[in-house]
Amino acid sequence: MSFPLLTATAVVPALGAVATAAVPAAKRAAAKWVALGFSLATLVLAAIVLVRFDPGGAHFQLTESHAWIKDFGVRYELGVDGIAVALIALTAVLIPFIILAGWHDADPLEGARPNRRWRPTQGFFALILLVEAMVVISFEATDVFLFYIFFEAMLIPMYFLIGGFGDRAGGRSEEETATQRSYAAVKFLLYNLAGGLIMLAAVVGLYAATADHLGSGTFSLQEIVQARAAGRLDLASGTERLLFLGFFFAFAVKAPLWPLHTWLPNAMGESTAPVAVLITAVVDKVGTFAMLRFCLQLFPEASTWATPAIMVLALISIIYGALLAIGQRDIKRLIAYASISHFGFIILGIFAMTTQGQGGATLYMVNHGVSTAALMLVAGFLITRRGSRLIEDYGGVQKVAPVLAGTFLIGGLATLSLPGLAPFISEFLVLVGTFSRYPAFGVIATVGIVLAALYVLILYQRTMTGPVKAEVRSMPDLRVRELVVVAPLIALLIFLGVYPKPLADIVNPAVGHTLSVVDKKDPKPEHPVTDAGWFHYGPASEGASHDGASGGAK
Amino acid sequence: MTHAATVHSLWTTAAAAPDKIPSPDIEYGQLSPTLIVLGAAIVGVLIEAFLPRRQRYAAQLFVSVVALAAAFAAVIGLAAGDYGTSKARVAAMGAIAVDGPALFLQGTILLVALVAVFTFAERRLDPVAHGNRVDSFAAQAAAVPGGDAEKAAVKAGFTTTEVFPLVLFAVGGMLVFPSANDLLTLFVALEVFSLPLYVLCALARRHRMLSQEAAVKYFLLGAFSSAFLLFGIALLYGYAGTVTYAGIADVVDGQVRNVTPALAGTMGNDALLLIGGAMVLMGLLFKIGAVPFHMWTPDVYQGAPTPVTGFMAAATKVAAFGALLRLLYVVLPGLRWDWRPVMWGVAIVTMLGGAIVAVTQTDVKRLLAYSSIAHAGFILAGVIATTPEGISSVLFYLAAYSFVTLGAFAVVTLVRDAGGEATHLSKWAGLGRRSPLVAAVFAVFLLAFAGIPLTSGFAGKFAVFKAAADGGAGALVVIGVISSAIAAFFYIRVIVLMFFSEPRTDGPSVAVPSPLTSSAIAIGVAVTLVLGVAPQYFLDLASQAGVFVR
Repeated sequence: MSFPLLTATAVVPALGAVATAAVPAAKRAAAKWVALGFSLATLVLAAIVLVRFDPGGAHFQLTESHAWIKDFGVRYELGVDGIAVALIALTAVLIPFIILAGWHDADPLEGARPNRRWRPTQGFFALILLVEAMVVISFEATDVFLFYIFFEAMLIPMYFLIGGFGDRAGGRSEEETATQRSYAAVKFLLYNLAGGLIMLAAVVGLYAATADHLGSGTFSLQEIVQARAAGRLDLASGTERLLFLGFFFAFAVKAPLWPLHTWLPNAMGESTAPVAVLITAVVDKVGTFAMLRFCLQLFPEASTWATPAIMVLALISIIYGALLAIGQRDIKRLIAYASISHFGFIILGIFAMTTQGQGGATLYMVNHGVSTAALMLVAGFLITRRGSRLIEDYGGVQKVAPVLAGTFLIGGLATLSLPGLAPFISEFLVLVGTFSRYPAFGVIATVGIVLAALYVLILYQRTMTGPVKAEVRSMPDLRVRELVVVAPLIALLIFLGVYPKPLADIVNPAVGHTLSVVDKKDPKPEHPVTDAGWFHYGPASEGASHDGASGGAK
Repeated sequence: MTHAATVHSLWTTAAAAPDKIPSPDIEYGQLSPTLIVLGAAIVGVLIEAFLPRRQRYAAQLFVSVVALAAAFAAVIGLAAGDYGTSKARVAAMGAIAVDGPALFLQGTILLVALVAVFTFAERRLDPVAHGNRVDSFAAQAAAVPGGDAEKAAVKAGFTTTEVFPLVLFAVGGMLVFPSANDLLTLFVALEVFSLPLYVLCALARRHRMLSQEAAVKYFLLGAFSSAFLLFGIALLYGYAGTVTYAGIADVVDGQVRNVTPALAGTMGNDALLLIGGAMVLMGLLFKIGAVPFHMWTPDVYQGAPTPVTGFMAAATKVAAFGALLRLLYVVLPGLRWDWRPVMWGVAIVTMLGGAIVAVTQTDVKRLLAYSSIAHAGFILAGVIATTPEGISSVLFYLAAYSFVTLGAFAVVTLVRDAGGEATHLSKWAGLGRRSPLVAAVFAVFLLAFAGIPLTSGFAGKFAVFKAAADGGAGALVVIGVISSAIAAFFYIRVIVLMFFSEPRTDGPSVAVPSPLTSSAIAIGVAVTLVLGVAPQYFLDLASQAGVFVR
């Protein structure tokens, strides 16, 4: 048997969590290095996964399959397609930066050691690595039950990260901060737990349905998809729709989709900036990823049935998130609402059911992760310096800390999808993909771009330009550690903005495969293009063939 | 299943036909677990009578642990000798069934009791009184609370070592309860395990009035439910002319061979059957703590000494569900179209009622009491499935749940202030900062109660919901999921309180326990995690054990 690479990618951060938590209380500096080391080791493994993955090969690769809980029809089945590979890479890349950015976030305040066993620093970094392990394994799982377990279990470390290590810079009393923080943590947990439990009912229902049709219940994605294709699993459409809704509800809470989004601004506002990045750039991606992998492939008929409603909700998310972002006074909540708007785009792209749309949505997941990380982490550095999250407390920062302001601007421009930076390609593709099937939706979604320019530029203008405020005057510029965090992210944004082909090459075959399961073909273009260029997306029916020129119009 | 032709229904196998002239023989080997425990209980009484006071504690602890371990070994031996599967028989002249479910539940009860005895024997938690280490039990149960006799007893360093034989008697009854194969044995077993529990409830060292009040409530309501059970038994006897399970089932199914004139007269009387069956069910539902027979649960859980609460919450539930399963699957399967709708209703109100009322609780023990009611509802969802998976999922859930419960109550005994255990929730604020380890362990138990994946609670919940969905009770699954969400809220609230609230300056301290309680808690955590991550072996065990003998 070959080396279980995917398992290793998930186990290494889990081991890292244990090792970090085991560092003695007095040596908290060492805990940070241990955590960073393990996150880098995970990055190496993720890179090996990326290299070993063959975009032209089978749909699921590097598969592992072992018996686990026979009675529940559950197997330990892992496998990655292009979408999963891209998202695992994103996760593995972001975690070291998150750890570096949060280097001092969990340092105990003086005198706040009620117990010699109380080790908040160790706990903070261990929890981050634990979340990473669970996220990675959810991206890898091709067994619905296995996925569900980690999808749910992930909430617990996340909950402690939000509730236990809040932002100290609220400009409020310690007590009120604590109250707000535990409110945010509980809200996060209850929303997601409720979604997860509804999904549990659907998971049980899926077992009963497969047991009815196939003789023995199974959760294996591949087996169910094959049985479906062979006509052995023919769910009644009412059952299928209910199951679909059960799954979709959980993912829509996680993603988050309007009107289930209200936990996100609280959670992101109250947690530290690195944890906020962890929530929106890493954990929430599991929701949109699962829509692609599970909702569409398990329940193609119901997905098509629900598409109009979901598209409308996605549109509302885009516009509503953007409008609320414009109205925010709190920098982190602004970024949170911006994320809601972006998740609207991702979901729009997924349910447009075109190769451009879904390919764009997948790229969007990666690019949004990187761009939000850049923007949020710089915002975090800014907030730590001034001790306030309110926009009105800043002004003229660019004169005092030009590098900070510059990186903030680039992060912001990426968020508003400036051409040349990574998110532009993905947003463009999502819009093109949507437009080719649902022109009206495409047009409305475009409004979101305009609004994005508004909230980003207003934010920049109010905080960075204008007269220098007295409290800001002595603000230091970015330190070396902070530069090490921000510079690579910005480089990545520019690289993926100029040359997205490697990423697109990995993602596209998987998208083509997903669409072929849903049995959707791209609408015929009205104006056939002869030279498609490097970001052309071949029709779904061609599946694996995707190199620009041959994917031309037919 | 070699005797496919003799299978009576899906979930029973036929036992070999009894001899023509039954000679009074007792299968001592197959009854050995019960006999060992009851024998040790009698030895315990003799110890109380003849040993000097100072030596009793050590002797009692030794006898109890050895007896429970030996009985557990006997159960393992019987299971290894296929007495749970191919050699499943009705023993003791038809009074006791030795089959898979009986052995599985007996094994669970014995392990639970063994761990519970550790918490009973804990003597490091309470402050030293007059130079004596004391446990959670009253110095002298007969002394009036607050009176001179009590003070004298405390000063003399008396301890109630009688708790050990009492526990053994209760365990003996519990071992018989799920394996009882006729209604009279069922009733006797019920009384044998209930009476010691009533006494145990009254023995708290602190808050003695509360403890005695709890015991009286438990006794009165328990006596009431026993009366129901007995009346039901009488009616069923009137209907079927027999109290044996197989005999009643034959009459219900209309398969009885030699119909006497008397039997012919009553057989057609469904009123006797339905009312009798309902009353017997009520008696069992009372012990389970299902709504609307749950009223005693919060008061008794709160008032009883915490080790007793833990034991009672875990072991009684196992025994009572075992008896309920046997009754519904062996005696009344022919009646399932009558009892299923009723049990549906009971399961729904139990799940929702327990979860909703728990939200408003402010006392840890009451909170756990209501949570145990909600869990009874989840288990009932598995009972209703009426499939072999239903039986095995319930068996698995019971094993998983009982260790979580024991562990949780053991943690409750550790958190103390000047007035004894600090059970009011507000006192638990900030516990996570004061003693991260204890709070983390309690959080693990709470997450298991809430059914978070990778804990035994999730595996159990999934098993019963799966069985219920397979058995055509999809609506129950949805309601179960909704009540889980409600229940999750109050478990999470305790976690919030422990970890995210500022510690109170007058807050409780966490006592450092002896290895006894530590090992009880450690076993609880270990079982919780093992059953959560790798449940397959135990699920196999439960499904092998899931066939009743008849």
